[in-house]
Amino acid sequence: MAIAVSQTRPVAVKKNRSQFYQSWKRFRKNYFAVGGLVWVAIFFIIGIIGPWIAPYSYTDADFLAMHAPPSAHHIFGTDQVGYDQFTQILYSVRYALEIALGATCVSFIIGIVLGLWAGLAGGIADMLIMRGVDFMFALPSFFFALILSVLLGKGLFPMILAIGVPGWAGYARLIRSLVLSMRNGEMVEAARALGASQTHIAARYMFPNVVGSMVVSLAFGIPADLTAQAGLSIVGMGLNPPMPSFGNMLANASSNILGFPWLLYFPASIFAITLLAFLFVADGLQEAFNPRGGM
Amino acid sequence: MPTNPLVKVENVSKRFRVRGRELHAVSNVSFEIEAGKTFGLVGESGSGKSTLGRLVLRLLDANEGRITFNGKDITNLPNRQLRPLRQEMQIIFQDPQASMSPRMTIGRAIEDAMEIHKIGTKQSRRKRVDELLERVGLPSFVKYAFPHELSGGQLQRIGIARALSLNPKLIVCDEPVSALDVSIQVQVIHLLQELQRDLNLTYIFIAHNLAVVEYLSDEIAVLYLGEVVEQAPAEKLFKNPSHPYTQVLLQSILKIPEDPSSRQKMTHIQGEIPSPFNPPSGCTFHPRCPFATDVCRTQKPVAKHVDDDHKATCHLIG
Repeated sequence: MAIAVSQTRPVAVKKNRSQFYQSWKRFRKNYFAVGGLVWVAIFFIIGIIGPWIAPYSYTDADFLAMHAPPSAHHIFGTDQVGYDQFTQILYSVRYALEIALGATCVSFIIGIVLGLWAGLAGGIADMLIMRGVDFMFALPSFFFALILSVLLGKGLFPMILAIGVPGWAGYARLIRSLVLSMRNGEMVEAARALGASQTHIAARYMFPNVVGSMVVSLAFGIPADLTAQAGLSIVGMGLNPPMPSFGNMLANASSNILGFPWLLYFPASIFAITLLAFLFVADGLQEAFNPRGGM
Repeated sequence: MPTNPLVKVENVSKRFRVRGRELHAVSNVSFEIEAGKTFGLVGESGSGKSTLGRLVLRLLDANEGRITFNGKDITNLPNRQLRPLRQEMQIIFQDPQASMSPRMTIGRAIEDAMEIHKIGTKQSRRKRVDELLERVGLPSFVKYAFPHELSGGQLQRIGIARALSLNPKLIVCDEPVSALDVSIQVQVIHLLQELQRDLNLTYIFIAHNLAVVEYLSDEIAVLYLGEVVEQAPAEKLFKNPSHPYTQVLLQSILKIPEDPSSRQKMTHIQGEIPSPFNPPSGCTFHPRCPFATDVCRTQKPVAKHVDDDHKATCHLIG
């Protein structure tokens, strides 16, 4: 019996078709995403080594050079107290990353627990958790962050909680929907029919199909938390002034904008480019993790 | 002659709880299938035929009754002991794309089935993938493809190859061709027949298309609202349908005779299949049955023999 194989859908012979290799190949074709990744990598490196390359301590005020424009001594200039802006930015990067990553982890952990619970238990638990999600989405999460930061006070850890705790709803909803689509899906039933154990199904069938959306949602979560953190600082609910943060610098710069523009230019542009870089990376990841994204 | 059936289903019932209500998906069904035969399950959507197929494979657990596979009672077998048995009983799905991971290449998907049961070495599994693809009529390079890069017919062949990789005795074919183009349907059905002949497979063939079932099956059970209303060898069922439901079902097959004078009006069953939450009293078919009497409305019929191997569950017989 002759069976004609459709010739209209040629399949190119490609040997290495592992998930991450495929995704990386798609990712690196997106130049914006790659550029974003480079910037994000630099941002992370600065976050880690910042304190060692900083020319001054962030508490060192150079009283002889207040409001100094950029110069060899203070390459990004100084503010009204004489704080070196370059040092301030280096430390801001560190705290921004600590808070954004910490807050994203907090949101994600709460989201994963509640999302799994809602998806697996169903019934009343599901109903209550999903109404909670609706409630969180009904009001801006910045509003919740503001209330929490008032309750928890200032500082690094309270800020992580204030930004992280209200962010759970999106992750919970995503994970619940992934659980439901997996649990009722034919793919999992087929794997069970093959005789696969629960761990095999989770590792080989479920995880590869959910890891993409989770990584993407985390990648979008980090810049959102960076923004929230800067927002809290701008309204005065962020880190206390000796601790530098982008929000504090921007708030301070906006009141000094006429005479001393370098106070705004450097932190604002670095912060803006960083946000864009994170978003480009997240966008690139989204495309890269789609198995149907063209090759 | 005492037979030793491969599959034995005895008084199996399955109920689902949906929002506090009971849904009777399968009620008190019994049948036996001999090795190497094809058992057809027909019925409208919602008749419980897919549920029944999954009960046989223990993808769902029955509420009542007993399922014996190859002489072994598997009704309450714990998962740990059931998993090795799954090698011998496989399933082909209606939507082959949905049954595969979109992130696994075809080769990986077939290899994975063998890996689960620790069949062979990595090299021998790779070799087997090529053999299986050839067996189902596909070139070996499709193993590098992802499911979304293939057509429905190709994917169904791969679903078959994946099931075959475990050398099963029984394959439940859950509407394997109903999502395919008609020309492809014939190819896939021929493939299934060929494989049955060569590998002595036993099929449970689930379909709503009677013509397909007639063509393939040795024995057919007609399901209505989770109950077997008629069961007989294929020729007998088609020659002498005894249950009114089977009769209307057969009349609804689209056949156009050559001679216009012998064309007859097509009949169809009135109404819809009733709610399985609340099955009708007496004979569940009575609200749609053209011959229903008072007995049908009040008393539940029992299976009666039309012939020694032909049973129908209807008050009007005998």
